[in-house]
Amino acid sequence: MTSGTSSWTPSAWTPSARELERAAYRRRRTTRSVVLAAASTSVVAVALGLALVGAPGWPRVRDSFLRWDAARDALPDVALGLWLNLRVFVVVAVAMLVIGLLVAVLRTLPGPVFWPVRALATAYVDVFRGIPLLVLLYLVGFGVPGLRLQGVPTDATVLGGVALTLSYSAYVAEVFRAGIESVHPSQRAAARSLGLTSGQALRLVVLPQAVRRVVPPLLNDLASLIKDSGLISVLGLPLDAVRYAQIWQAQLANYTPYVVAGVLFMLVTIPMTRLTDALSRRYGYLPGGGHL
Amino acid sequence: MSGPAAGPGPTAPLLHVEGLRKAFGRRRENVVLDGLDLDVAPHEVVVLIGASGSGKSTLLRCVDLLETVDDGVVELDGREITDPRIDADAVRARMGIVFQSFNLFPHLTVLDNVTLAPRRVHGLARADAEERALAMLERVGLRARAGAHPDELSGGQQQRVAIARALVNDPVLMLFDEVTSALDPELVGEVLDLLRELSGEGMTMVIATHEMGFARQAADRVCFLDGGRVLEAGPPEQVLGDPVEARTRQFLRRIIDAGRL
Repeated sequence: MTSGTSSWTPSAWTPSARELERAAYRRRRTTRSVVLAAASTSVVAVALGLALVGAPGWPRVRDSFLRWDAARDALPDVALGLWLNLRVFVVVAVAMLVIGLLVAVLRTLPGPVFWPVRALATAYVDVFRGIPLLVLLYLVGFGVPGLRLQGVPTDATVLGGVALTLSYSAYVAEVFRAGIESVHPSQRAAARSLGLTSGQALRLVVLPQAVRRVVPPLLNDLASLIKDSGLISVLGLPLDAVRYAQIWQAQLANYTPYVVAGVLFMLVTIPMTRLTDALSRRYGYLPGGGHL
Repeated sequence: MSGPAAGPGPTAPLLHVEGLRKAFGRRRENVVLDGLDLDVAPHEVVVLIGASGSGKSTLLRCVDLLETVDDGVVELDGREITDPRIDADAVRARMGIVFQSFNLFPHLTVLDNVTLAPRRVHGLARADAEERALAMLERVGLRARAGAHPDELSGGQQQRVAIARALVNDPVLMLFDEVTSALDPELVGEVLDLLRELSGEGMTMVIATHEMGFARQAADRVCFLDGGRVLEAGPPEQVLGDPVEARTRQFLRRIIDAGRL
């Protein structure tokens, strides 16, 4: 039978003088590059800092945006608001991923039999991606309770979450669809040739590859969602981080609470990005590296 | 060589193709198969040769029901499989096809590639499926790479995994679509060796290839495809050595000029 890779014992090796010299040269170059980069970065940072601090209006801007006492006063309420953002984010994120994937799958079903399903899914994307989020929030948040239907929730958080889900799942559906369509048709053919049904081919072969490929753009939508989650405050109570910051800004006549909110959002989104990067490195294969 | 001699012998053919038509394009203007007939007896090794675009791949894909035929009949074991009322998935599960570009599943390990169909189509438990898969990987000489991902393997190794993935389902018919065309020359041998071994075991095979040396040596019958039909068919010595048709001679002349015979 055919054998696996041939194996041999590599010869004993100590780097030659030439190689040692080359390595030393590369090390010197690396050190030089690091020093240069650090120096030029510092120069630019200092220059920008000086330009900022030296600007004629800097003292006033500093007092308006960066006051420690204002930050301290606003922080508890802004953090409380962020807690709402986070709760809404988690629920809507799960809902939008599930619905988005479902709509994407429905949009990619082949054959004339599924035309109505495809048309419905396409209409869903067209409508909810087309309406501005704020308009959708008002329509759902005020319009739905206005119907006075039995059993329909009237809670602003729930309705706001529904509006967010409708809008974001439409975006996410298109991201998933792009991923599904990026998997080469030969993968589906190979799966079908083994006797897998079209559903199995989709679930076991196409979707696992598609989802891995769209993790970075999905993360974009997640980062965007965590900030937009606060928009449900336009429906009244409860208040999110930005809305609390607005209240404190009015009370203190100072913009520092907004900066506090901005920093808090960054503290959430940056680790989220790093975590996803690490996860996709761990569980991903290298797309484009393999044959399709 | 195995099985009965050239042509549909006294035994009923395992594969019977009659009047097969397939065209592509918006208005089906690109006719690839134009009423093709072909019979393959049990244990027979049929090699398809012909220029690029002569319909070798399309024929194999139609037989494996990966394409819907425009007209004509394909029968497997005397049963029409081109009938839309039959369970196409069950038919595909009885045949194996190996592609030019391997088409392994890049997100699965070698072992998971091979166990996918046994588990999901044939309902084997994971342990049983893995036992079978490892035995099959042993056969193709890649048991040691069971945990690797496809992109860690050479082309020849990937193609051998693809063959194992198809064989593990105990197919009654194996289809090979230019399985060595994407391989480096020194890796072609390991894949062709495997095909020879399969034919020695009596596997019924239809092989589309440009490897004329292999065709001459391994085929029971060589079919030259031209104009969407089998223009000439017969024992390899005759078709490759002393072809009747002018088109066949012309095709072989070009192969010889390219140094491939």
